[in-house]
Amino acid sequence: MATPIDLHEVAERELEDQARYPWRIKACGSTACQSAGAGASISTLESEVVAVGLSDSVRVMSTGCMGLCSRGPLVRVLRRGGEETMYQSVDRDVAVDIVGAVAGRGEVADANRIDRHIPFFTRQHRVVLANAGIIDPDRLASAVAHGAYSALEKAITTMTPDQVVEAIKASGLRGRGGAGYPVGAKWSLLAGASSDQKYVIANGDEGDPGAYMDRTVMEDDPHRVIEGLAIAAYATGATRGYIYVRAEYPKAVERLDRAIRAARRSRLLGRKVLGSDFDFEVQVRIGAGAFVCGEETALIASIEGRRGNPRLRPPYPTESGLFGMPSMINNVETLANIPAIVSKGANWFSSIGTDRSTGTKVFALAGDLTNTGLIEVPMGISLREIVEDMGGGVPDGKVFKAAQTGGPSGGCIPTQFMDTSVDYESLRELGSIMGSGGLIVMDEDTSMPEVARFFMEFCMDESCGKCVPCRAGTVQLHGLLDRICSGEGRPGDLGLLEELCTVVRETSLCGLGQSAPNPVVSTLHYFRDEYESLLQEAAHA
Amino acid sequence: MAEALHPSGDDRFAVLDKHLKRTHHAQDQLIETLHVAQEVFGYLSDDILMYVARALLLPPSMVLGVATFYHLFNFEAQGEHACSVCTGTACFVKGADAIVAAVRDGYAVAPGATSEDGFLTLRTARCLGSCGLAPVVVIDGNVAGHQDARSTLELIRAQARIPEEVN
Repeated sequence: MATPIDLHEVAERELEDQARYPWRIKACGSTACQSAGAGASISTLESEVVAVGLSDSVRVMSTGCMGLCSRGPLVRVLRRGGEETMYQSVDRDVAVDIVGAVAGRGEVADANRIDRHIPFFTRQHRVVLANAGIIDPDRLASAVAHGAYSALEKAITTMTPDQVVEAIKASGLRGRGGAGYPVGAKWSLLAGASSDQKYVIANGDEGDPGAYMDRTVMEDDPHRVIEGLAIAAYATGATRGYIYVRAEYPKAVERLDRAIRAARRSRLLGRKVLGSDFDFEVQVRIGAGAFVCGEETALIASIEGRRGNPRLRPPYPTESGLFGMPSMINNVETLANIPAIVSKGANWFSSIGTDRSTGTKVFALAGDLTNTGLIEVPMGISLREIVEDMGGGVPDGKVFKAAQTGGPSGGCIPTQFMDTSVDYESLRELGSIMGSGGLIVMDEDTSMPEVARFFMEFCMDESCGKCVPCRAGTVQLHGLLDRICSGEGRPGDLGLLEELCTVVRETSLCGLGQSAPNPVVSTLHYFRDEYESLLQEAAHA
Repeated sequence: MAEALHPSGDDRFAVLDKHLKRTHHAQDQLIETLHVAQEVFGYLSDDILMYVARALLLPPSMVLGVATFYHLFNFEAQGEHACSVCTGTACFVKGADAIVAAVRDGYAVAPGATSEDGFLTLRTARCLGSCGLAPVVVIDGNVAGHQDARSTLELIRAQARIPEEVN
């Protein structure tokens, strides 16, 4: 059996190695930048460094997401001693200029420089994404140099499982998958279950269209997810874990697999983790394209190789879950918070955010905004700060109409509530939800009934068909919305729509059906005039 | 000619068998097994589904039930080229519908189907998670952002190396 890794030694060696290079060029190699052409710019950076003879003093590395995806490919140049410059839209020519500037020959055009002091960067508080865009996700040593697995080591060597559960409870961390269930309470349920075999599961089935927070964490800092899951297992007495990833994220699967193998070789996973009596094995499981599998009982069915049909709860998975054993499902972003809580303490964590929504939240900003990409902000920040300051407002002189959160299970927030605090309770009061973190901004040109129809079509396609209210109700709702949107609505359609929404919401089996009417209810509430004018047009046609 | 590695004479089965052996023919690996089968054969024919059912000792009805439940499994031969248009929320807001319509009309192919000449398969994808670059299309595995109807059609032509039509 291999000797356990000495984390401090590995970290020191890695930092020493990095310090050998006076210059480091970090290029974002995440999916968004790749589709903007990062592959070509990274190979140009590498070949240019060789061409100008600077291989000994400049190190080029590919990292994860730096956040400002709309301006990719992004590149950061770090000089020993602190100075850092960030560049945008780095194509081959700009890459040549960047290496030229490092070599002291010429400069990069101002249009390609990014000001790091814009609110998009300065208002962020990075906990979950602390290492994204900084480390090389494919190298364990790179992650360890930035603190990976030190929390696991601390938990195993200095804390009892109960103490870990108590720390998570005290931190006030709530589930980041959308519903906001207190994480510590869930952990103590699993810890209290008596069984020879318990499972912990990371839910990486990020199905909400417009959201890619979990993908970014899994791709850019896979060790953080694995470490969070291992701490969860230690605290609850589980010995096996699964990371369930949707098949649309092949890179996340590849990186997690590689990270698990590296961690196992270093005795951070497997038998006798870090030389202790704690055993923990992890496996990645791949979905096959079914939104409903984000629901925990459906996810369990899918890991077991069955159709992803949800089932009634209780019994809850903490009593009878995977293969009939006590199991716990935590969202990827939730787990990514765990190492920081264990390392820095519950008080540190609960000092971020609001009283009832502690910590930070990662949002995927998209839609009609100047700056789109990934941000991590403290809970309690106002929507206005996110949209206007960080997002840079709506482009082309258009007017903000609404922000949509929570995807097909959420609702929209119109302009009069721009100053609302972004936390679980406030968003729920407005008829939306925190959701997993998709935040889509829509300008004045967007038709809200069409947005409702879009989400209903999604839910209709994704309904698993097990229960009638969801299977038939989403079809009927979509039919009604389609009729209204195509100008063939009839008088009384809105009443019918509302009644049907109530029935589907009250009687569906799982969260998918129960929340499917939300986008309709929410747009009807705030933008009823749009529905009414469509009906009036139909009446006069 | 080199001797076939698999008694069926089709070496692709050898790849599938290797996976089955590696996962100890575990029944809970059904979805992974179907992924491997699809990767090797391109799509899941009835014969392949039956082969997987026998290998995992599962009723064929269950294998078909699982395979048809999930969106990513195909049951028909795929086109020479594939164009996936992301229809996630961000891409929807930015006009993905027009792209789907343009490819549908340009190649006479319905979303989810393959054109009659077997040239192009058109798919609509759930969010690909590149929302900052909406609308996004994927052509033969290459992701391209900030697309519109015209640029997508051009990309398909470029991918297939078809010169621009001369009028």
